Amino acid sequence: MGWMFESNLPIYLQIAKRLEREIVSGKIERGQPIKSVRDLASEAAVNPNTVQRAMQELENRHLVTVQRGGGRFVTEDEETIKAAGKRLAEEGIHTFAATMKHLGFSKEETLQLIEEEWNYGV
Amino acid sequence: MAYNLECTALTKSFGTIRALDNVNLQLEKGKIIGLLGPNGSGKTTLLKAAAGLLTPTTGQILIGGHQPGEETKAMVSYLPDRNYLNNSMKVSETLDLFEDFYTDFDRAKAEAMLDSLHIDRSQKYKSLSKGTKEKVQLVLVMARRARLYLLDEPIGGVDPATRDYILNTIVSNYAEDATVVISTHLITDIEPVLDEVLFLKYGQLVLHSTADQIREEHGKSVDEYFREVFRC
Repeated sequence: MGWMFESNLPIYLQIAKRLEREIVSGKIERGQPIKSVRDLASEAAVNPNTVQRAMQELENRHLVTVQRGGGRFVTEDEETIKAAGKRLAEEGIHTFAATMKHLGFSKEETLQLIEEEWNYGV
Repeated sequence: MAYNLECTALTKSFGTIRALDNVNLQLEKGKIIGLLGPNGSGKTTLLKAAAGLLTPTTGQILIGGHQPGEETKAMVSYLPDRNYLNNSMKVSETLDLFEDFYTDFDRAKAEAMLDSLHIDRSQKYKSLSKGTKEKVQLVLVMARRARLYLLDEPIGGVDPATRDYILNTIVSNYAEDATVVISTHLITDIEPVLDEVLFLKYGQLVLHSTADQIREEHGKSVDEYFREVFRC
């Protein structure tokens, strides 16, 4: 079985985001090669062209570089990876804050819950 | 550069019924295309016309720039929506048949696929289950190195695990200069492997778009969008 996808977003963006997360979290390490388009397509059970587009997206964000002689590698540049991490965190916080506001929690109550979760949650 | 499949004002009538009504489309190489539409919308007719089995009433259909005929038969690998193999033949004999008939048939590849599907080649075709028959036919069709694959409902009769294997087979086996057209009702299953989608409605092409564009523009999966367009 391949990867699961949300129905409301283009698949290539979802693949790009998944790889971005793996780069930011260090699961795919800095300077290391990325799997080939064919292998990733097979693993995710998607079209190779879709993976290709996801790769271009990561290249545009400078997270992935194409080496001469072929092959893609995670950037060596720590700042770029940090910036990507910050962007992902901001997205997460934005969604979270919107949910809490929608549920009627104040900023203080929300921070209190975060505090508890951080210390005792799993 | 000619398109692998090009239709210009293609119309096919059966008596008073227009099975295909002024269809214009161009399919590029390297793409996997979903041919989607409700029952009776003209999917099979379009595939048959591309396979050279039906002559257009008016308009034109070209395969790699050629009119369907001797020359295009060698470029097109067609999987019909029904059994076309001789029931009294063994699976291995159907391999012989394809090897004789098609110069682009890769027997080793076909045998490898049959092995990974655990299909016994010494079995007679008629002793196979419905799903296994479908698997054999798909293996034969995908083991050719064609330019245009036309697959009419290739995953309808097989279980979900095999469906995954078959889709993977399709994705990993077509060459970069080939085009794959898949007609199906099981949109959710094939959606992740599609580049483009065609919607047919009463013989008319009502949509030709990329799968990601549908998601981007409508915030819906192709399956959800299909249900909206074709709501009964």
